[in-house]
Amino acid sequence: MNNNLKDDWELIVGLEVHVELGTKTKLFCGCVNQFGDEPNTNVCPVCLGLPGSLPVVNEKAVIYAMQLGRALNCSVGRSIFARKNYFYPDMPKDYQITQYDQPTNMDGYLELPSGVKIGIERAHIEEDTGKTVHVGSTGRISGSDYSLVDYNRAGVPLIEIVSYPEIRTIDQAKEYVEELRGVLLALEVSDAKMEEGSIRVDANVSVRIEGEDELRTRCEIKNVNSLRSLGRAIEYEANRQIDLYENSEIPSQETRHWDESDGRTRPGRSKEDAEDYRYFQEPDLVPLNPNTETIEMIDQGLPSFPSERRMQLATLAQMDVSEIALIVERGHDGFAAETINSGAAPQVVIKHLTNNLSDGLGELTPTAFASLIQMEESAELTSTQAKKVLGELVLQGGRPQEVAAQFGLEAVDTDELETLINQLITDYPDEWERFCGGEKKVQGFFVGEVMKSTRGQADGKVINQILNERISD
Amino acid sequence: MTEPISEEEVAHVAHLARLRLSDQELEIFTRQLGAVLEHAKDVEALQLDGIEPMSHPFPLENVTREDEVGEMLEREKVLDQAPAAEDGRFQVPQILGEQP
Amino acid sequence: MSPSVPDSFVTAESISEKVKSGEWSAVEILDKYLSQIEQHESEVHAFNTVLEGEARAAARETDKRVASGETLGPLAGVPIAVKDNLCTKGIRTTASSRILENWKPPYDATVVQKLFSAGATLIGKTNMDEFAMGSSTENSAFGPTRNPHDLSCVPGGSSGGSAAAVAAGFAPISIGSDTGGSIRQPASLCGVVGVKPTYGGVSRYGLLAFASSLDQIGPFANTVRDAAIVHEVIGGHDPKDSTSISEPFPSFLDGLDHGVEGLKIGIISELMGGIEGISPEVIGKTREAASVLSANGALIEEVSIPASLYCLSSYYLIAPAEASSNLSRYDGVRYGLRVQGETLAEMNINTRTNGFGNEVKRRIMLGTYALSAGYYDAYYGKALKVRRLLAQNFDEVYSKFDVLLSPTSPCTAFKLGEKTSDPMTMYVNDVCTIPSNLVGHPAISVPFASGNDGMPIGVQILVPPMQEALMYRVASTLESAKSNEQ
Ligand SMILES: [Zn+2]
Repeated sequence: MNNNLKDDWELIVGLEVHVELGTKTKLFCGCVNQFGDEPNTNVCPVCLGLPGSLPVVNEKAVIYAMQLGRALNCSVGRSIFARKNYFYPDMPKDYQITQYDQPTNMDGYLELPSGVKIGIERAHIEEDTGKTVHVGSTGRISGSDYSLVDYNRAGVPLIEIVSYPEIRTIDQAKEYVEELRGVLLALEVSDAKMEEGSIRVDANVSVRIEGEDELRTRCEIKNVNSLRSLGRAIEYEANRQIDLYENSEIPSQETRHWDESDGRTRPGRSKEDAEDYRYFQEPDLVPLNPNTETIEMIDQGLPSFPSERRMQLATLAQMDVSEIALIVERGHDGFAAETINSGAAPQVVIKHLTNNLSDGLGELTPTAFASLIQMEESAELTSTQAKKVLGELVLQGGRPQEVAAQFGLEAVDTDELETLINQLITDYPDEWERFCGGEKKVQGFFVGEVMKSTRGQADGKVINQILNERISD
Repeated sequence: MTEPISEEEVAHVAHLARLRLSDQELEIFTRQLGAVLEHAKDVEALQLDGIEPMSHPFPLENVTREDEVGEMLEREKVLDQAPAAEDGRFQVPQILGEQP
Repeated sequence: MSPSVPDSFVTAESISEKVKSGEWSAVEILDKYLSQIEQHESEVHAFNTVLEGEARAAARETDKRVASGETLGPLAGVPIAVKDNLCTKGIRTTASSRILENWKPPYDATVVQKLFSAGATLIGKTNMDEFAMGSSTENSAFGPTRNPHDLSCVPGGSSGGSAAAVAAGFAPISIGSDTGGSIRQPASLCGVVGVKPTYGGVSRYGLLAFASSLDQIGPFANTVRDAAIVHEVIGGHDPKDSTSISEPFPSFLDGLDHGVEGLKIGIISELMGGIEGISPEVIGKTREAASVLSANGALIEEVSIPASLYCLSSYYLIAPAEASSNLSRYDGVRYGLRVQGETLAEMNINTRTNGFGNEVKRRIMLGTYALSAGYYDAYYGKALKVRRLLAQNFDEVYSKFDVLLSPTSPCTAFKLGEKTSDPMTMYVNDVCTIPSNLVGHPAISVPFASGNDGMPIGVQILVPPMQEALMYRVASTLESAKSNEQ
């Protein structure tokens, strides 16, 4: 696959994805876990790190973490919390409670739509930090006069999902994040919005000459806020490293920040403090140790995930996985299956779902969808008409026959009706004379005749319209 | 005999702990920490392979709380105790260096 | 006897009974203690804050409730002094540190809430070694507390203020915290009863953390029975503390007078001369205590806890390690002291450099070092293994013995300034008390004798976790045997 990298170079990417869990409350206290509230209103002694306060783990966050772990095919075992010590004002205790050498989830994988499996090293539970705004001329951290801290987000539960460096292309990196989003949404453990920061992606990027076995120095790229910038950041960074190597220089292992407006990565500031986090077991919390029944219960409660769902729909529709992946991603696969099972032609079902229903299904039911497709297949509606009816079914609901009738969009179209009416004028010259003479009740005769010969499939209004047009001819 | 801890190490540790030491303090603390670490050599010398470290004195597991909203603090009361606040937020001087 | 020590005292139990029956008024009782404070506090300096106004208002409220026929708790109208590292809502809580000199917590510690629910009247916040780091209360940013028995001597520490408050008759009961002996050692030096409960037996919520896996809150009292009453009030499961034990403890009071007939009591040989630095006088008095128990029908034998040789070293790695992390939050951002600086890091450094005293700095640096990459396994990791070894030693001994006996403090109260120049000399004061903290077991110090210097000597009674009832029973036997002798 083309990575826009120079020939002979191979891209190596591992992703660290932070996901904010959609629990009602924070990880270690009963404060509301909510985005966008007034600063420092969702706070208490625990998440402010006040002296004497103690954390107690949110049961729901643990369940979500284990569900995610099982969804990512991880082993879920005994885990302990640890303190990661460093000074930063958005961290109220000046240490972060996280998991270190014994995380909740270890060794799994995520299967991409392309069928590639990306290994997951770990998926651990940790607390989020507060938010800092920088006040001053630039609004950025450098050149700011001072900063202001809001602790509403401090203590929000996060899962950090760390992949092995097994991603080899930019598309795979994007696919990985998309697929992970799909899993999170299926589990309903997070709203998974990259723009609001409920998913945050850091990329560990390195390059090597194709065929090499060893990994070279990697850089961690932070501040990537969309899939598009993820792709751009990786590409920029990989080429930066290649340029260095080609100039006989060696990249230094460092954290770099993606600058969206400049389209480049920049080195982070001094990190000398960060080298030694002095991890040790959090003495204020006790280990989590789910028994086999708990794990079984988690497994039984899992929804089906994108990879299985793609397989199921592809099999049912007898199409290639790549043709139906988008429908699964939108969560329309169940709907597609029901429609197909009601007898609708799979190709057409997939076609409409892919092209005409990208904004959602609205009031459309599988039964109505199936009837519509049958009408289209039996040439009762042209495909343009079917598309129009479909749009209306999404908005209003109802049966396609009725909607088609409302629009006068039956297969018995206007041309056919005109031919039919011309024939009736020829066949019934007397009646036509009376009708032209202003005898309105004869109109009913003509409408009735048209209905008779179209078995009620014609639109009365359209018939009247044609009849009136003929008088003025 | 090698000292258990050098002045450079004490200076580094002070830096990690956000403490400033005068030259004289550095010398005194190095000596005092050295004495404690010297005493700890008996522990350092123990052969304890295969013994499980004990972090908690009482073996509890799976202590959790329900995901229910609890009492929160009024912002005014919280910011009252802050050395400096602005706009409903805690004010801090210019930050050099980004979050690790 | 020093003028600071009252000739007689009344128990918390009798105060509560008489307040509830209307025989005494809570205000009257309070005034007696306040006048004792007024007379002697300037020489003892047991308190960082005396809450005269608040206490009067609370006592008046208690009297009103008694008059209206309400049922009050076991500490109704009993004045109590609380160590200044327990959060009291709206009341200055300093841990005797400059860094928190003016901090007023927005919440009460669970223990404080429980004391209020039991009807107690908070009379003041007591002085301590800064952040509970010390064994003499000389490490307070607000000046040392003095031993009421001899004002030239230390009261022990770190809960020296709480111990001295009870000894000086400033309050019938008080609360301290014990991380390596900080309740039991000052209890011994001040001639009062002091208890470190089973780890997890009393909620730590609202206790300013020193070393989270070792800290435990406990009572000081003049009698074993009062200590047990207070312990029952402050103990019990707290969902706000993840390390809190949820199973109920058997009553501490029920079997208090059942004696020691047939109990197997071991004397820890390492603490009876095995380890250097424990005074022969103290060892002798501990043997006397053993004879008293033996005379009451207990079987006494020497036992060995080999890992106790390594306790001091392990403790002075584990406790500073946890402390270094627990004290990071004092950074000048959210509460407490801020000393300005051009940048955030400078402000952090200025605040902490000016806000912490030397002992706190020493331990923060020691702990930071013990946890840092490259040294973790050699120091902190090893210390945690010693802890396991020690727990195994105790398990083994407790399979044959019911109770263990040892000195509480290696010496009687020493002079102010006598041990401040060399940290190691001071650290040795905790040698007898540290093992219980490392394994989380309960222990009590009971005043038993006086030394040649006239200063009190306590003995320590140790039991397995959650066996406090047994501990109080033995302590009570020793206490009554002693008073019968006199
Ligand atoms: Zn909170």
